[in-house]
Parts: sequence; C-alpha cells; structure tokens
Amino acid sequence: MAATSPSGNPATGTAGGPFPPFSKRHLLGIADLNPVEILSLLDRAEAMIPVSRQERKSYPTLSGKTQINLFFENSTRTQASFEIAGKRLGALVVNMSVRTSSVAKGETLSDTAATLNAMRPDVIVVRHSASGAVELLSQKVSCSVVNAGDGAHEHPTQALLDALTIRQHKKRLEGLTVAICGDITNSRVARSNLLLLGALNIRTRVIAPRNLLPAGVEHMATEVFTDMREGLRDADVVMMLRLQHERANGLMIPSTREYYRFYGLDAEKLAFAKPDAIVMHPGPMNRGVEIDPAIADGNRSVITDQVEMGVAVRMAVLDALLPAGDAR
Amino acid sequence: MTRFVVDNVHIVDPASGHDGPGALLVEDRVIHDRVAGRAPSLPEGATRLDGKGLVLAPGLIDMRVFTGEPGREYRETLQSAGDAAAAGGVTSFVAMPDTMPVIDDGALVDFIVRRAKATARVNILPAAAITRGLEGAEITEFGLLKEAGAVCLSDGRRSIQSSALLRTAMSYAANFDMPIVHHVVDKGLAGEGVMNEGHFASVLGLKGIPVEAETIPLARDLQLARLTGVRYHAAQVSSASSLAIMSRARGESDRLSCGVSINNLSLNENDVGPYRTFFKLSPPLRAEADRRAMIEGLRDGTIDVIHSDHDPKDSEVKRKPFAEASDGAVGLETLLAAALRLVHSGDVDLVTVLRALTLRPAEILRLPSGRLEKGAPADFILFDPDYPWQVDERALRSRSRNTSFEGARLAGKVMATYVAGVEVYSMQDLNA
Repeated sequence: MAATSPSGNPATGTAGGPFPPFSKRHLLGIADLNPVEILSLLDRAEAMIPVSRQERKSYPTLSGKTQINLFFENSTRTQASFEIAGKRLGALVVNMSVRTSSVAKGETLSDTAATLNAMRPDVIVVRHSASGAVELLSQKVSCSVVNAGDGAHEHPTQALLDALTIRQHKKRLEGLTVAICGDITNSRVARSNLLLLGALNIRTRVIAPRNLLPAGVEHMATEVFTDMREGLRDADVVMMLRLQHERANGLMIPSTREYYRFYGLDAEKLAFAKPDAIVMHPGPMNRGVEIDPAIADGNRSVITDQVEMGVAVRMAVLDALLPAGDAR
Repeated sequence: MTRFVVDNVHIVDPASGHDGPGALLVEDRVIHDRVAGRAPSLPEGATRLDGKGLVLAPGLIDMRVFTGEPGREYRETLQSAGDAAAAGGVTSFVAMPDTMPVIDDGALVDFIVRRAKATARVNILPAAAITRGLEGAEITEFGLLKEAGAVCLSDGRRSIQSSALLRTAMSYAANFDMPIVHHVVDKGLAGEGVMNEGHFASVLGLKGIPVEAETIPLARDLQLARLTGVRYHAAQVSSASSLAIMSRARGESDRLSCGVSINNLSLNENDVGPYRTFFKLSPPLRAEADRRAMIEGLRDGTIDVIHSDHDPKDSEVKRKPFAEASDGAVGLETLLAAALRLVHSGDVDLVTVLRALTLRPAEILRLPSGRLEKGAPADFILFDPDYPWQVDERALRSRSRNTSFEGARLAGKVMATYVAGVEVYSMQDLNA
C-alpha cells in the first residue's frame, strides 16, 4: 500500500505527512486561499489519486468522523463525488437533500444548521442556490464546512480539480493560457477558476457574448473576448461552461442554435487553440449547445479525467480540514 | 465592362465637400474617378453622358421604408417600392421588418435579400426585428440575422417598453456590432392619443400624444446605449425637447444618432386640418416651433438623417374617422423635393440636406455607398433642383396613394437614377 498511497500513515493519524498543516477550518472559497495553500491542496490531491486507482480504495484517515452532505440544490455528480471521497477516507457519510423553501430561506437555513450541528458532525458539505448561503451556515455551526457551490459565487473544489487536471495533463501550470468560455455571469465555476488561476499568475481569458459577461469582468480575468475564435487563439486549455437552457429563452440569449453557432466549441473554433490544447467541461454537458459531441468525446477532451480528479481533490480537502486527532 | 463619363454636371458630394462643376467616371459597377471642372479627355472605350448642368449627387439612402412584402402585397411589393424609390432618387432603402410574417428569422432576411435582387431596381437593405414577432418580449438571433444580410435591428413601428429587455437587446447587438434603430414611444403615455397634444387637438376633440411620450423613452434609450456600448439610432424624433436630450447625449458618445421624418420637417399639426388622415403619422406632426427646431437640428448636426417614413396604406385603413385610421404616409417619390423646400426657403444649404440623405445613413449603416469616391458603388442621381411640379397621387408608382403631399407644388425633380452604374430611372432621355 505504501507504494501507491499518499505519504503519511493513516494508522497513526498523521495524514499530513509531508504536507504542511492546513490552517483553515472551512473551505468556503478560493478567495480565502493563498497560493501556497492552493498548491499544497493540489499536492495533497495528487497524492490521493493512487488511492482510488488501487483495488482496496481505502485510506481511512477520517475513520470515526461524520460528514454530512447538505444539498439545497440538486446535484448528482458533486454529491456522489463528496460521498465517495468521504467514504474512501473512512468517514460516516450522511446525505441530506433539502429542497429550498421559497419562504423564509434565511430562517430555514439557520434552523437547519442548528439542528445538524446538534448531531455533532465533523464536516458539513453544503451546496446552496444563494450566493453567500454557505458562509452564513458556517457561522452557525461548530464543525468544518466545505462549499460545494453557492449560487453564482464559488465552487472551490471544482477549481481545484480543474487545476489538478490541467497539471496532470500539462505537467505544469505556469506559463499556460486558460480560456473559459460560456455563461460567465452566472457561473461559480468560472469565478473560482479565475480566482485560482489568477492567484497563481496564470493567464486567463474569458469568452462570452456581452450578455453573459458580468460587470467588472475585466478585473476578474487577464483578457476578455466576445469573439470565440480570437479568444481561443493559442490557448493551452479550453474550459467550456454549461449554458442553462432557461437562459436561451430570448431574455438573455435568443436560442441555443445561435449560441452554438457563435459560442459552441466545434472543431473549426478549436483549431484556433494550440494543437495540444485540452478541452474541459464541469458537466453536465449540453451536447450541441456549448460543445460539439465529437469534441466532447474526442481525444482532446479530459472531461472524464476531471471527474476522477474530483474525488482526489475532495479527499484531499476533507483530509486537510479534518486532521486526525483534532479535538474540534 | 461598361465605362462612361457623366460630365457637364454640378457635383454635390457631402463626403468630400465637392460642391461645383465636375465629372464622374464610372467603370463597371463602381465609381472610378470624380474630377472637378471639365472632364479630361475621354478614357478609351468610354461613352459620354451630358449632364446638361444638372446636379449630380450620391443616390439617396432612405433608412425607413415599409413595404407590404411579404404578406400585404396589395399595399406595396419590394418591386413597386423599388420603382417608387428609383423615381425619387433613392438608390438604397432599409426595409422595415413589419411584414407578415415579421422579418425575425435569418431565413426571412434571406428571402428579402433574394426577392429584392430578383425584383427591385434599387438596393433593398433588410432591417431585422429586435424581438420575435415584434412583440417586445424575446430577442431574435442577431448573429444569424446579420449573417443573413440584415443591416440593422429595429422593431419598426413598435417601441420596446421593457427597459430590461431593451438593455439585453442593446448588449447583444453590441456583441455583434449591429446598430439598433428604435422608434421611441412610451405606450402608456401615448395612450389612445392620435395627434400632437395641445390646443389644436383639443379643438378637434382628438386625444393628444404628449411630447414626453417621446422624450422619456429617448432619455432612457440613450442611457442604456451608454451602458451597453451599442450603436444606437433613434429612428425618428419630432420635438424640440428630444433634440436637447439628443444633443447632450451625443456630446459623450459617437455611437448615437437620430433621424427625422421628412413629414416632421415639412409639416405641422395644423396640416391635419379637417381630420385629414393622410396627416395621421407616428410620431405625430408637432407644433410649428417643433418643426423649426427640427430644421435647426438638421443645420447644427444634431439630426443625422432625413428619411421618408414611407408607409403605404390602402384606403381601407386610411379612409376612416381620424382616430380609427392607420398611421402613415407614402414618401419615397416626394422625399427629395420636399427636402429641397428647406433649401429653397433658405433654411438649410443643399450640402447639409444631402448629407442627411446620403452620407450619414451610409456611415450609420456602414455602407460603402452614399459618397462619390473611387471604389464606391456607382449609385448616383441627376436632378434639377428647381424643376417645378405638382404632386398627383395618380402618378405615384407606389401601390398605395396615401401621400401627405397630394396637390403640393414642389420644386426639384430627379431626372435620372443610377444603381451600380445602371440607369434605373430617367424622366427624360438625357442622351437625346
């Protein structure tokens, strides 16, 4: 096991191994992390990759701990990823899907937080449709909180898994140009990625029709493009974002067919990126809306690798936040 | 290759400022040269056309023309509108999307382009709808519409009421660098009004449309245009207050422009007289002070464009009690002569009038025409600025006769119109 597992010894509770201890109690956003912390989490995650590739997918540093996945917004893949990560680390994982009530959201959230807190979990993984809701919840509980996506604000583990995927494929992060294309305005994935890449001084580009670019976007990315071909020129990484169908109703974007024509990733547009550029997507994909099926399933797509890296990143995050023997 | 020289003409070209004797050399479909004074020796293989001292100017570009094709061909077809345009010296016009069906899809833009090419003598430039079905609720596919050949986006006679939707439309139009041409009317304020609000409407017992029904949405539009960076053209303004608002805004941006209907430059509310429905227009004919302000705006450049607002309507919808009649009047064939009235009265000089009828529309729509320069399409007209004539509705080429200039005595007539170097209209044989 030693040959294929992260450094450190789960049996003695020294999961930190060669990694410096993680000083934060929560992971609420990339904005809270400094470059050293980001790289440290990536290193931890990299070390976690082999755990999921071996036959006994177990590295029980969290044995005896309780993890609650509290999802106010439907999500299959993220919730599964966190659940698997927790279970491979030996935690007791409880999934709670809570449908957001339209009345008195704030009160419901506080009440839910107090109730769950009384059950003495060690970590709560939260997704909520309202920006800032996860941070609010973190103030009401005495355990660690991981943001699994809050509104259009942050999705830190997605940015970490994207960075890890890029590093795995490119063998480096520095010197790359990463183009993020799609609904930037409404995307927490874009925000977290821009923060992470920006913190590491990686050149970022956002590409979107003006309607899907938030105010002040020029302060969020290195470059802003409304023409996809120009934006993709010589990019090393192409990150596509999901276009919510309900945004193509004539109120923001007229139709999915026009969106695909000008902002869908097809071979012709991808040809503007570097020949070895990789294609990413946080999923779930709308084939034929933001991406050509042939590209999504083609040899430059690393989309399934992203899913695999997701588990490693979430294991690393849980492991970092909950050092064994911590009395919290 | 056709090659000819038009000489013995007085050239007026607002783009270059050329206002004097000269000659024009046309090769194939484009202008090869424009010279001052007498033409030099005739180039090899060129024929000579004696301009007989007429004024030679770029062909007019009319930014606001309604037709009935598709859907109401009995009012006007692209062909009949093209004939009227050619006779009026209009070599290009923007066809508004208010047809049946509405031009709100790339395939329909393509239809207009092909149909115009096949049937019309002049250039017809499709405007595509900003919103589906002109309903003011959902934006259309600006990118695909542009690719199909739309030159601008407009909801025609309709005005978008939702500021949020207009913002989206402007932002999306800016994305594709398409100009938004917007008719500014606050529907709630205009209410059931049918003419300019004021004493005269009250005497007639007709409901009025206040000037604020135009100034409020105009001010809103200009602020949203600044927010989104779109190229914005207020389709038509009609009041002195609108010009004050426009003038202030354009000091801050060069992407803003506005137009005025020839009707609002030539006529006022008193012309409505005894409930004459051919003077029922949108925007309504305003007070004389407003008309004078329009002239001043034209002179000082606040107004960029004069258009005909050509709107063919059959008697079925026009011969009705004033409040029930449709808005609109035809105007392609009287546009130039009516504009020349302002020159004859000494209000505006000829170059200024022609700039608003040629160069400025070309600049706003980014057309290569509207100027007499090497390489530009050979779209030009020869006209006699003093030729006296009387408007007779029966002589109009338009399929509809709803002219607000019926019986008017005008001075100035187009003698010949050329589109891409080809004569598409001549009043008399200049070669005779």
